[in-house]
Amino acid sequence: MAGQLLQPGYEENKLQRVSKLLPCRDVQSSMLLALMGEPEQYSYPSIFIYGHRATGKSHVIHTLLKELDIPYATVTCVECVSLGLLFEQVLFSLFGPDSATLLSRSPSLSDFVRVYKQLCVQNPAKQTKYIVLDRAELLRDMDANLLPAFLRLQELVEDNVTVILLSEIVWDKFRPNTGCFEPLLLHFPDYSKDELQQILSEDSHPSYSTELYSAFINILLGVFYSVCRDLRELRHLAALNFAKFVEPLESGKVNESETHKLWRNIEPHLKKAMQTVYLREVSSVQWEQQMEKEAGAVRGLSAHGHVELPYYSKFLLIAAYLASYNPARTDRRFFLKHHGKIKKTNFLKKHEKTSNHLLGPKPFALDRLLAIFYSVVDSRVAPSASVFSQISSLVTLQLLSQVGHNDQLDAPKYKCAVSLDFILAISRTVSFDIVKYLYDFL
Amino acid sequence: MSKRKVKETHMTVGECISQVQTILRQRFCHQRLPEKPMGIESQHKHLLELLRRTAVHGESNSVLIVGPRGSGKTMLLKCVLRDLLEVKDVNKNVLQVHLNGLLQTDDRIALKEITRQLNLENVVGDKVFGSFAENLAFLLEALKKGDRSSSRPVLFILDEFDLFAHHKNQTLLYNLLDVSQSAQAPVAVIGLTCRLDVLELLEKRVKSRFSHRQIHLLSSLSFRQYLDNVILQLSLPPDFADAKFFEEWNDSIKRLCKDKSVVDVLEKHYNSSKDFRSLHLLLMLVLSQVSVCKPSIKPTDLLEASRVCVADSKANILHGLSVLELCLIIAMKHLSDIYEGEPFNFQMVHNEFKKFLQRKSQSIYNFDKPVVMKAFEHLQQLELIKSVDGSTGKIHKEYQLMKLMLDHNQIMEALQKYPQCPTDVKQWALSAFG
Ligand SMILES: Nc1ncnc2c1ncn2[C@@H]1O[C@H](COP(=O)(O)OP(=O)(O)OP(=O)(O)O)[C@@H](O)[C@H]1O
Ligand SMILES: [Mg+2]
Repeated sequence: MAGQLLQPGYEENKLQRVSKLLPCRDVQSSMLLALMGEPEQYSYPSIFIYGHRATGKSHVIHTLLKELDIPYATVTCVECVSLGLLFEQVLFSLFGPDSATLLSRSPSLSDFVRVYKQLCVQNPAKQTKYIVLDRAELLRDMDANLLPAFLRLQELVEDNVTVILLSEIVWDKFRPNTGCFEPLLLHFPDYSKDELQQILSEDSHPSYSTELYSAFINILLGVFYSVCRDLRELRHLAALNFAKFVEPLESGKVNESETHKLWRNIEPHLKKAMQTVYLREVSSVQWEQQMEKEAGAVRGLSAHGHVELPYYSKFLLIAAYLASYNPARTDRRFFLKHHGKIKKTNFLKKHEKTSNHLLGPKPFALDRLLAIFYSVVDSRVAPSASVFSQISSLVTLQLLSQVGHNDQLDAPKYKCAVSLDFILAISRTVSFDIVKYLYDFL
Repeated sequence: MSKRKVKETHMTVGECISQVQTILRQRFCHQRLPEKPMGIESQHKHLLELLRRTAVHGESNSVLIVGPRGSGKTMLLKCVLRDLLEVKDVNKNVLQVHLNGLLQTDDRIALKEITRQLNLENVVGDKVFGSFAENLAFLLEALKKGDRSSSRPVLFILDEFDLFAHHKNQTLLYNLLDVSQSAQAPVAVIGLTCRLDVLELLEKRVKSRFSHRQIHLLSSLSFRQYLDNVILQLSLPPDFADAKFFEEWNDSIKRLCKDKSVVDVLEKHYNSSKDFRSLHLLLMLVLSQVSVCKPSIKPTDLLEASRVCVADSKANILHGLSVLELCLIIAMKHLSDIYEGEPFNFQMVHNEFKKFLQRKSQSIYNFDKPVVMKAFEHLQQLELIKSVDGSTGKIHKEYQLMKLMLDHNQIMEALQKYPQCPTDVKQWALSAFG
């Protein structure tokens, strides 16, 4: 299996342990070890390791450093809300608990380097120290000088230290305008299907044979591999679905050798899992964070279906949808009482080859919304409730979104923020055939 | 002591290799100062003379060392400082203040650091100063105290000099340069920067106080010299403990640099960058392959190291995408082709993808929209696509306009290398229209 790791200066049995802990990453671990050299030899000042999620970047680094008793500090940049915290963690891990107290309340880079140097004088050591910065892309947003300073930390603190940056984003997206100390780039390739099979199979279940578990993994990869290669996520999916896989075995209906039956049992289940489990972590993470920052408003209404709207609000929303997706100049055609028959081509303009539904909702002004609203509810009772307060509650529910700032002088504009499916469902509850009114579907 | 008359010890190969690693890593990883910097003798002489005048005669001055990244600015300065202290008559009392634009990000921090490096923290104590100028004047005055009639010369070294120009009102630069022009105290201000346009960053009143002395480090190495330098960088020093190994190693290096494939690789590197730092990076990768089992450098090591150096990171990342993600990239490529690089949104990409599924694909399973969305978001996380209007965050994510951060060739190359790429996907990518 794994090739031997060799490197003078480290105990052989430790190296063996390491290579056992790092299946399918022997090329990377021996490359890293070779770059690190013997414990007291200098290594390259900064090393940038990139590769997809769960390709073992952090795992390999941590295993090497920990198992070989190398002095190191590791910081996950997501956890660092402030620079001070980052510096503290580094000093704490490298120089012990008392060291961080030397930092002032909100330390600058200058303070960090000064304290680091001071501690080096107090604790002279020859071994190379390592600082691992995980999710390094976040450093870019912290302080413009942080990244360039860490890249040449060895020069700045005049110590035998190497900084290792880990990220899934390529180095090109890090380089500052005026350049910096270029780190040594190292790529961690994605695991092949066979490698994933091998690694996942190692988790096997205590009460079942390894062959059975491995067969299960094979099926799992068959379903998910084309969508997801993230080892962590696959492992999670495997753990969740194994019980279902062995159900027929438990009940005695099938025995272990009847793999085809087992497959038939689990496959539809896994496909369903793709929709529920896989998306459960509805990784709109980034998006939602961004939204939260900007709106600071109610989120988590993705289960739009559960929102029970007042009768007229539904019409308001329908009107908003129409206003967002129909070109304004077609309003007459749809909403004027006694219009003649006009063909779609009469409206067609050159640049309108793409459908409005592909381009997304367009902003509209309040009066246009109201005009459409009155024309779609007209046959029914005239609305008595305050239209404006309903609009604002649609905005807080995030079914409508307001465009531009609140303090803008001109009248506010809105956009409809619901999907076609959603509006179809709403229309059905009030028996309104919205499709007839949508320009795209003429 | 004659050169090769050191004790003739014999060491095992393991010990020798360990020594080789230690020595060469000092060069490639630790920026160990060379005995004599290569190819910049005149710059060295010029700077040494300037600083000598400050140190010996108390003449104030200012100078900028300008050169691209890794061209040896810091090294030149450190060599000069080292050599300066050996010059006859140099006042051993010369003081040095090292500042770095990366660290001292504003003048308050800088002033604190100056005070500390001049060992004047106690003298300053709790005194409060009205202005930066007063404070600096106080510091320089304090150096005069004692029975000396004149004050000690101070060398102010400002690495990443251009960053100091961003400080509010350029107060620090103004005051330091001002002192270097008036005869208040003997100071030399030495700035190091990689920005050739650095003077344009300075305010008029600051600029007028600068001596306009510049030392440029623009490598003029010919390839022949570059090659000699590679040999020099890889060779062991004559005081290496094992004479036999020393000779074998150095001979093997000379032979290595005659190898046609090695020369080709080096020439390619020379043409993209001549600076020492990128050479060191390359050589470090080579050196890391040397071990007891393989106690010399082979041409293939250099080829391999060069491959690592020039690898296209984006291609590497594309290689690891799922088939679904790859399909989305192809859809975006088609969209960019059709709309001549106009931005697109998820809806459009999904639409292209669906068209492909309906028309041609047998191999790709029809994924639910949220699954496709998740793949799309992953591409965004990897910064392979980027939203064009970052500020208007209220647009629904499906309609957020995006741009593809890859070019045609990168995509096509990635497809070639993609493991087990389904044929219909490949054909789709090659077809002129989505
Ligand atoms: N002429 C030279 N002779 C020998 N070594 C050199 C020479 N020029 C540069 N080097 C080596 O190249 C490396 C980079 O040099 P240095 O750090 O001084 O660059 P720099 O110009 O200060 O870069 P930066 O702008 O990033 O600070 C050092 O290891 C240095 O020893
Ligand atoms: Mg420098």
